[in-house]
Amino acid sequence: MTIQSPPDDQGRFGDYGGRFAPEILMPALLELDEAFHEAWADPGFHAELDELLANYVGRPTPVYRAARLSEQLGIDLWLKREDLAHTGAHKVNNTIGQALLAKRMGKPRIIAETGAGQHGVATATACALLGLECVVYMGAKDVERQALNVYRMRLMDAEVISVEKGAATLKDAVSEAMRDWVASVENTHYIIGSVVGPHPFPLLVREFQKIIGEELQEQMDQSPIRPTPEVIVACVGGGSNAMGIFHPYRDSGIDLVGVEAAGHGIASGHHGASLVAGSPGVLHGSHTYLLQDEQGQVLEAHSISAGLDYPGVGPEHSYFRDTGIARYVAVTDDDALDALRVMSATEGIIPALESAHGLAWIMAAADELQGKTVVLNLSGRGDKDVQQVEKFGG
Amino acid sequence: MAERIRQMFAAARADNRAALLPYMTAGLPGPTTSIDMFRAMADAGADGFEVGIPYSDPLMDGPTIHEAGLRSLSKGTTTYSSLDLVEQIVVATAVPVVVMTYVNPVLAVGPADFCRRVADAGGSGLIVADLPADESDDIAAACQDAGLGLVLFVAPTTDDGRLAEVVARRPLFVYGVAELGVTGGRDAVSSHAAALAGRVRAATDTPLVLGVGISTAEAAHQAALVGDGVIVGSALVRRVLDASEPTDAAASLASAVTELAAAVRR
Repeated sequence: MTIQSPPDDQGRFGDYGGRFAPEILMPALLELDEAFHEAWADPGFHAELDELLANYVGRPTPVYRAARLSEQLGIDLWLKREDLAHTGAHKVNNTIGQALLAKRMGKPRIIAETGAGQHGVATATACALLGLECVVYMGAKDVERQALNVYRMRLMDAEVISVEKGAATLKDAVSEAMRDWVASVENTHYIIGSVVGPHPFPLLVREFQKIIGEELQEQMDQSPIRPTPEVIVACVGGGSNAMGIFHPYRDSGIDLVGVEAAGHGIASGHHGASLVAGSPGVLHGSHTYLLQDEQGQVLEAHSISAGLDYPGVGPEHSYFRDTGIARYVAVTDDDALDALRVMSATEGIIPALESAHGLAWIMAAADELQGKTVVLNLSGRGDKDVQQVEKFGG
Repeated sequence: MAERIRQMFAAARADNRAALLPYMTAGLPGPTTSIDMFRAMADAGADGFEVGIPYSDPLMDGPTIHEAGLRSLSKGTTTYSSLDLVEQIVVATAVPVVVMTYVNPVLAVGPADFCRRVADAGGSGLIVADLPADESDDIAAACQDAGLGLVLFVAPTTDDGRLAEVVARRPLFVYGVAELGVTGGRDAVSSHAAALAGRVRAATDTPLVLGVGISTAEAAHQAALVGDGVIVGSALVRRVLDASEPTDAAASLASAVTELAAAVRR
């Protein structure tokens, strides 16, 4: 399969992306870039990946018309059911792909960071499947609020390391995973969980995730019985589920809406909305929008949803933002909690708090969306969040 | 200003030793006492300083320097107050200074403005820990315009092809990463350092400074046998973090640097 530009050879999406990594990692990044392009051009790699995606992950995931919500909101609302993928989120599309790649490169040890725990679980899963050693870095605060996922990872024989530094959330977990990689790069592959990090990670995670949008095109645009989407909505933390569903539609002119975490509200300063309220800089190896002060110190993000609690975002989203290929909005903790309850009670589907941000925006924008065919990427299921919701008076 | 660093290497070489470049995070143990740390180290035999601007997300640094950065930031240290400190160091000691930071604080100020401010403070050069040679064009140009030298890294993982590209950019000095890992003490210098030094020597006569993982006098001595300079960071920073009074911190640094300065003799 050919890979479309951007990014260019240096990993640039316009002004964004690049490879701002310590020299010690550069050879590994260059090797990974080469190995990925080689694998992606190899039908044998795709055959192995496709077989696992079909029979292990359960792809294609369904697209389902949310009839009762549609009626209630006056919108033709469809859900892309990534929550039905094995492990309960879209993250597994990427981890299976990268774990296969690691095996191909002869790296027996895998490290990963995780926020909500979904990427950690998906990485532990891929490692168990392929017989790789697995170490997952997770902020101490997230270890506490996502205890169920911690236990799932440990059941699958992954080592979970609790990171106490900083705010003890996703940003700190990424930094700590990168520090491990600096010391272990010769035998270790870092399976980064989103379209973030130094080149080639934003590219390869996008390529592994864009199956979401490609399936949607087959299931809706090319279907004789279903309508074509007019609006596609996805939550954005690092932005992998959004990039996965947006990318195949980037030239379609369809309204692509990325929903970030407004936390306690943008004005409060406690949020995770880097595209809505941040500015360009370098975080975790790429040039992108991030939350920072005027002297370039990175600020702590806040979101009730651990997966959106991140002060940066994938560089291609920064490019989409500036070029208008997609637009980005933000939704508060409270509205996301409400949306989670609404979807649970109306459709019998408990969404992840991350995905609930997407529905919350749709509910808030219902007037603007009247009569339109709207697809929400239901990126994960909400079992992991039930305790959190209960704590907040659910 | 970059000239002062070149003179430092020449003087050390003439004295049959490697230059000793202690690293210290700016603003510790406190905003007004930080200068005393550098005075103590200068008096004890430091040849040059690597002054770290504290940063929220120091990917290349281990727990000690990370902790130091967060503590310094919590005491109100900023990029600008760090550069004020550089100016104090240059005035109060005869020791040249290179400033160490990460890409984002440079971009936030703007590369041209940032480099001009470092030069105005009397700094000689710039080290950017997450800036590989491939991404360094803009910042290298800004350094050159300001009369600063940019330091570039090579690591044990850097192959000879990349190494040739790095040295072709004429860095102020080559920072040889002596260990596979982030900053922080190890018991001994690994075999990586000597092998890397041999490869750098074969490729260039640009000075080679070894750093990362060098914490003891013995390790500094081994590094001094193969490099033009030796950076010791975490082991010194730890002394400042652990001291209960600034005067204790300065005394502890003085004794450590005295020992290291003897160790870098060949």
